[in-house]
This record gives sequence, C-alpha cells and structure tokens, in this order.
Amino acid sequence: MPNSSPLPEKNAIEIRNLTFFYGTFKGLEGVNLDIAENKVTAFIGPSGCGKSTLLRTLNRMYSLYPGQRAEGEINLYGKNILDKNQDLNLLRAQVGMVFQKPTPFPMSIYDNIAFGIRLYENLSTTDMDERVEWALTKAAIWGEVKDKLGQNGLSLSGGQQQRLCIARSVAVKPSVLLLDEPTSALDPISTGKVEELVHELKKDYSIAIVTHNMQQAARCSDFTAYMYLGKLVEFGATEQIFFKPQRTETEDYITGRFG
Amino acid sequence: MTTASSSLYQRRKRANWIGLTLSMFAMTLGLIALLWILFVLFSNGLAALELSLFTNDTPAPGSEGGGLRNAIVGSLMIVGLAVLVSTPVGILAGIYLTEFGDTSKTAEFTRFVTDIMLSAPSIVLGLFVYAIAVATVGNFSGYAGSLALSLIAIPVVMRTTENMLRLVPGSLREAAFALGAPRWKVSTMVTLRAAKSGVITGLLLALARISGETAPLLFTALNNQFFSTNMGAPMANLPVVIFQFAMSPYENWIQLAWGGALLITLTVLLLNIMARVFFREKVKA
Repeated sequence: MPNSSPLPEKNAIEIRNLTFFYGTFKGLEGVNLDIAENKVTAFIGPSGCGKSTLLRTLNRMYSLYPGQRAEGEINLYGKNILDKNQDLNLLRAQVGMVFQKPTPFPMSIYDNIAFGIRLYENLSTTDMDERVEWALTKAAIWGEVKDKLGQNGLSLSGGQQQRLCIARSVAVKPSVLLLDEPTSALDPISTGKVEELVHELKKDYSIAIVTHNMQQAARCSDFTAYMYLGKLVEFGATEQIFFKPQRTETEDYITGRFG
Repeated sequence: MTTASSSLYQRRKRANWIGLTLSMFAMTLGLIALLWILFVLFSNGLAALELSLFTNDTPAPGSEGGGLRNAIVGSLMIVGLAVLVSTPVGILAGIYLTEFGDTSKTAEFTRFVTDIMLSAPSIVLGLFVYAIAVATVGNFSGYAGSLALSLIAIPVVMRTTENMLRLVPGSLREAAFALGAPRWKVSTMVTLRAAKSGVITGLLLALARISGETAPLLFTALNNQFFSTNMGAPMANLPVVIFQFAMSPYENWIQLAWGGALLITLTVLLLNIMARVFFREKVKA
C-alpha cells in the first residue's frame, strides 16, 4: 500500500492488519491506517466499501451485535482496543461518535448534553451549567439554544439537532471524534456550519469522518483514505489523493469515472 | 393505460367499487352493533345514574333503593392494586425482552408463554388463582382478585412495552451507547423514554381490559354486600355485582346492574380515548 504522505508527529489511532467479519462475510480485509492527532482523516469510497464499518470498529460499536467481530489491532494511544478486556463503556467515552441522522435523546436540550457527562463525572450544578455551555459553544449552537435549554431536543431543526449531537459528544471530552456521514441528512447551510465546526474541533480532537461527498472530504480533511470492497486502496494527504492519486482506481473514483 | 375507456381500466374500476362497497358494509355492521349496545345501555342505565348510586351501598334482597358505593370502591381498590403490581412487572419484562434477552432462548420462551397467557380464557386464570390463593387460605379476598387481574394485565403490558420499544430506532440506542452509557441506562433513560407514550397507551389499554373482567373475580374476590376496605376479605366489585343483580328478580337490583354496566362502559370508553390521545401525541413528536 503506498503511503507517501508526510508522516505526522503523532498518531491517535494506529490500525494494523484489521479484518472484519459480518458472520462469515469479510467486511474489511487487511486494513492498515493511522489517524493523526489533531487532524481530520476522511474515509471515502462507494457504498458498501467498508468505510462505515471501519469507523464503527474504532469505538467497537459492532460489539453490540452478535456475529460481528474484528481481527488485527487497533491501537488507541498505544493500547489495543480490540483486546478482550477492553472496557467498552470507557472506550466509547474516549472515542465519541456522531451519526448520519441526528439522534437527539427524548429529553431537554440541557439534559441531552448532561446525559453523557453524568455517566462519568459528578459535577455540581454550577460546574454542570458551565460544562453544558462550553460544549454547546464548542458546537457553535449556544447562541441559538441558550434561551431554550429546557425545551425538548426534538424541537430543534435537523441542522441544529446534528450540532446538538456533536455538542453531546464533545461534552464528555473524548480524545477522538468519529463522524459517520454527519451532513448527509442536512441542507447546504447546515452542512456548511458543520464543516466549519469540524475545522474548529480539530484543534482539540482527532477526527475521523466518513463521507459520500468528495468535495466535503477535499474541503475539510487533512488525510484521505479511499476504500473499495473492504480494502484500503490508497491513503495519503488529502491534496495528494485528490490531485496526484497514485492508483488508477482512486483517480477513476475521484474524477467520477467510477462509483 | 392508453384510453380511459379501455376494458382493463373499466374492470379495475368495477373491482374497486365492489371492494369499497363490501368494506363499507362490514364497517357499518360493526358500527351498528356498537351503537346498539351503547343505545340500550344508555336508555336503561341513565335513569340509575343518580347521586345515590355513589353514596349508598348495595341493598339487601327485598329492600328498596340502594347504590353501588361498596362495589365502586372495591373495584377501584382491586383494579388499582392489580395495576400497581402489573405495571412494573410488565414494563421490566418488556425491557428485558427487547433490550437484554432479544433472541435468547429465555426470551423466546417468555414470549411463547406470554402469547398463551394473552389468549388464555380469563375464567381459567380465575380458577388458577382460586386454587392457589383462595382454597389454600380458606376465604375469598380482594387480594386474590387483584392477583387474578394482574395475571391478565401483565402479558398485555409486557407485549405493548416490547412492541413500543421495538419501534425505537436502533440509531438512538447506538447514540446512547456511543457516549459510553451502560445498557441498563440506555434502556431506562433513553429507549423507554422514547417509547413512553406508547407504553402509557399499553397501560391504559390493560387497565381498560381488566376493569370489566368478571370471571376471574367470581372465583377470587367474590362479593360483599357491605362496605369494606379490607382486601383480605371478600370484596364487592362492579362486574360481579352486575352479574348477580342482573339475574335477580328484584326491580331495583336490575336497575342498579344497568347503572353499573353504564359506569364501567363509560370508564373503559374514557380510558380508550385517553390512550388514543397519548398515542397521537407520540406520533406528533
């Protein structure tokens, strides 16, 4: 696998020889990939290529479903999270995830944010208020919701709901954020806001984003991985992947001849 | 379709007309039966719906007047206790079936048993409770009545809870898990909350179902001519009073039976309407 990109100083996640099974079907095969610290890494590829599967191994979401399993190594700051003894709840508090469709919980905006914090921290009311404001500010939605924190999260618009979900993930202070097509259900303006947000958030978090939208990958990622049929075809700096892809498959996909 | 008068199109139109007519006819039949029942009930029961119905107890044979106070209070207590018991049991079991057991053998077996319980004749459940809680103790009691009604309500609550929890999208569960929440917290704080109005609807329907049950109470709570709040003793209740009074030769008893029947019907009607309102709110959200 060509990996000609300038190597970053530090990796948050190092994936080594990862193979994934849905029952007997191989969803991923021999994937090697690094998620650099404080950078945005985008996974692109046609539907069914395994990019979401790959993302869902990083917080072991797949472990909820019997019959799904992963082999190989995923080292999160040096610790293999595929280890049998890995505490999944602690892992997921450390590796946050935002989904394709906004998923606000059926509770107030405030409680949506506080829910995750309360799981691992015992904050006083003032500290909690501060943390909620901090998280909502981080997700660039504080101004829109500060006067209606008691309202149900479901009363927000789709774009606001998605930023609420990002705030919710940020609130528990994870080290890595996984975004699974976070804008595919949003209008262009909301999409723009979320993309700006991704740019802001990478100062504090290492981000992996799955996207169907190649312009989005080009706009907001530092590294891009092109996947096809469960394999990593090419991985490198986003500029290199988009302007000087080394594999013809990658070039065909990016130029629209395929996919 | 080339022209509107093509034979295929005409045939389809005829079939549509026949189908529509048949279904309208079926609907009218059902509606007529319901309206007829309501009409008879109102025309006979409305006269009995006086204040004395709520203030006087059931009359002794041959005496004048009387009311249903003891039966109303008895019914409220028996049904109330049954709801208190079956709500937590049914909801927790429903949570188990969707969130924990899922396709495990235990869950499948529980589902199978629940299905049998749902369709079991209520008289069988009454006899069962008679055998374990009346025959062994030596006397009929309100507690035994509540137990019998709980056995009817639990499977209803359990099944609706399960079905409502299944409607909650998996993405919501995943989102809660993705924050590092343990399974019990995901189930109670997120999934159950999302299904709340559906679960409440199930509770109301179970309540409506058991408030009219007669057979299980005949063998368990029996009846009591006097006012009593002692649930350890035989207790008056509306369904059994209606059953006994309606078959009596006394004019005032028969009148009271009509009044009681109307009372129960109105209660069940109200519960069903409430259930619908709750469910509609859910759909809006």
